[in-house]
Amino acid sequence: MAKEFELNEVEVWDGNYATSQALRQAQIDVVAAYPITPSTPIVEGYGAYVANGYVDGEFVMVESEHGAMSGCVGAAAAGGRVATATSSQGFALMAEVLYQASGMRLPIVMTVVNRALASPLNVRGDHSDMYLGRDSGWVQIDAFNAQEAYDLALCSFRIGEHLDVRLPVMMHQDGFTTSHKAQNVYPLKDDVAYKFVGDYVPVDDMLDFSRPVTHGAQTEEDWHYEHKAKQHKALMDSRTVIDEVFAEFKKLTGREYKRVETYMMEDAEVALVLLGSSVETAILAAKQLREEEGIKVGIVAPRCFRPFPYDLVREALDVPSLKAVCCMDKSAPGGAMGALFNEVSAAAYSTKSRPMMTNYIYGLGGRDFAVDEAKRIMKEQKAHADAGHITTDIQQFSGLRGPKLGFFQTRRG
Amino acid sequence: MVEIRWHSRAGQGAVTGAKGLGSVVATTGKQVQAYALYGSAKRGAAMNAYNRIDDAPITNQETKMFPDYVFVIDPALAFSDDITKNDKPDTQYIITTHLSKEDLIAQIPALQDKAERTFVVDCMQISLDTIGRAMPNTPILGAFMKISKMYELDFFLDNMKKVLAKFPQKIIDANMEAITRAYNEVK
Repeated sequence: MAKEFELNEVEVWDGNYATSQALRQAQIDVVAAYPITPSTPIVEGYGAYVANGYVDGEFVMVESEHGAMSGCVGAAAAGGRVATATSSQGFALMAEVLYQASGMRLPIVMTVVNRALASPLNVRGDHSDMYLGRDSGWVQIDAFNAQEAYDLALCSFRIGEHLDVRLPVMMHQDGFTTSHKAQNVYPLKDDVAYKFVGDYVPVDDMLDFSRPVTHGAQTEEDWHYEHKAKQHKALMDSRTVIDEVFAEFKKLTGREYKRVETYMMEDAEVALVLLGSSVETAILAAKQLREEEGIKVGIVAPRCFRPFPYDLVREALDVPSLKAVCCMDKSAPGGAMGALFNEVSAAAYSTKSRPMMTNYIYGLGGRDFAVDEAKRIMKEQKAHADAGHITTDIQQFSGLRGPKLGFFQTRRG
Repeated sequence: MVEIRWHSRAGQGAVTGAKGLGSVVATTGKQVQAYALYGSAKRGAAMNAYNRIDDAPITNQETKMFPDYVFVIDPALAFSDDITKNDKPDTQYIITTHLSKEDLIAQIPALQDKAERTFVVDCMQISLDTIGRAMPNTPILGAFMKISKMYELDFFLDNMKKVLAKFPQKIIDANMEAITRAYNEVK
């Protein structure tokens, strides 16, 4: 029986340590993991809990991230609660197996500490790996700080393992900015946290020898399409389960999460849409700009990256006063508009207010996102609103050295 | 909001020191951040650690800051690092050195108009005498308590003991002595 871990009401933890504590409290059967910066301390912390008797489950050392995710798939198909952690190149090496996990409907929880993808080699945070998981069929939830990483790691088990969902879940946090920044974290006691997560309920487990099943069978053209459509429906339908889990978590802790977080949008004339730790900096910038210059700025932050909350993004942007919206992508767009810009613009197109939409690429490879820069971008949106048309290139680059870079123009409002 | 920037070498315990300070402050109901700018840095490389302290939840995730206090915990970094970067008119400097304040300031042009807000303490010698090796991270916090008047020394020592609880009693006692000496010796 695992020992109870003594916790204070308030701890000063970074995002990695907070995440490893949540994994410990969930009483996982199997963790198969291969360490990589900046998520290494999650695996390291969890390994220490195993060695010191705070965990009853197995920790499987593997030879690579491909092996880690394969081990997770095997253990989850066998019928256990399973989790792992990774970042960047490790995430990329898992890519093949990510699709296996979601296609086999195995509710693995993976805590991802977002980091840039090489080349050039870079250990710092951007959203390249998170974006790489976009079409993999996993639920993707985004924590903006260490407290949220702890809370959402616990919620991830509830969401993925729900019998109406049965899908793997990635819980993302920003490399270094969140994973290595210590802050006040208010953890739950071990028994309270576990009671919230609940006992694991196996479905079609391979260790149930009285009822033999096959996982990951071959289908070809006769059934593949139906399987994929059903998988997509399960992901879309997980929206209500996510809402329910967040509501229950609020009842337990008072901390509220929504699939799309909105701040000061009620009367906003301009808005920024962004993900991750930058949301917090943007909120601070918006508050300051409202006070200093009376510019009505709001912030929209998709907490749930997948399933993409098309419904709630549209609702958030359907504000009569809203004129200009800037979507900020922290991932190299590789010859396109940023993915967040594309998805949010599609949702905005079906609103009555139809705000002007622009795109900023920012923060690649861990480039600092400054309060002053956020304010500059907000003021630029106000200039679009005042002019009645987009006054800059539609896609621009924030915090980039060298000649100004931008693409596409329009004179339309 | 109180903001602190540490100038250190990787391995001197600035991150541990920043987290330790954060842990003590958090017990008094305040909100804290403790973080560092490092990554592929090797032991001995110059690096920065940071603290933010406020009454309200802190949402600023920007790395850069305009510090209220600058801690220089490696003597040579006072000469080679840009320690007065993002200086405010009231930024205070606490610098580890064996030199007198006058001798130090005479050699660092950037500090020459900041004499009244520059303080010196020899955390290297103090930690060698008490802990037995060069570990300037905890003594600098003793000097900080004296200069900032953030907490009474005894209150800080009691809370620091809890932060260091996982270490052997001998190490804890040595750290308490180091903090106390730096508190008394900072000038």
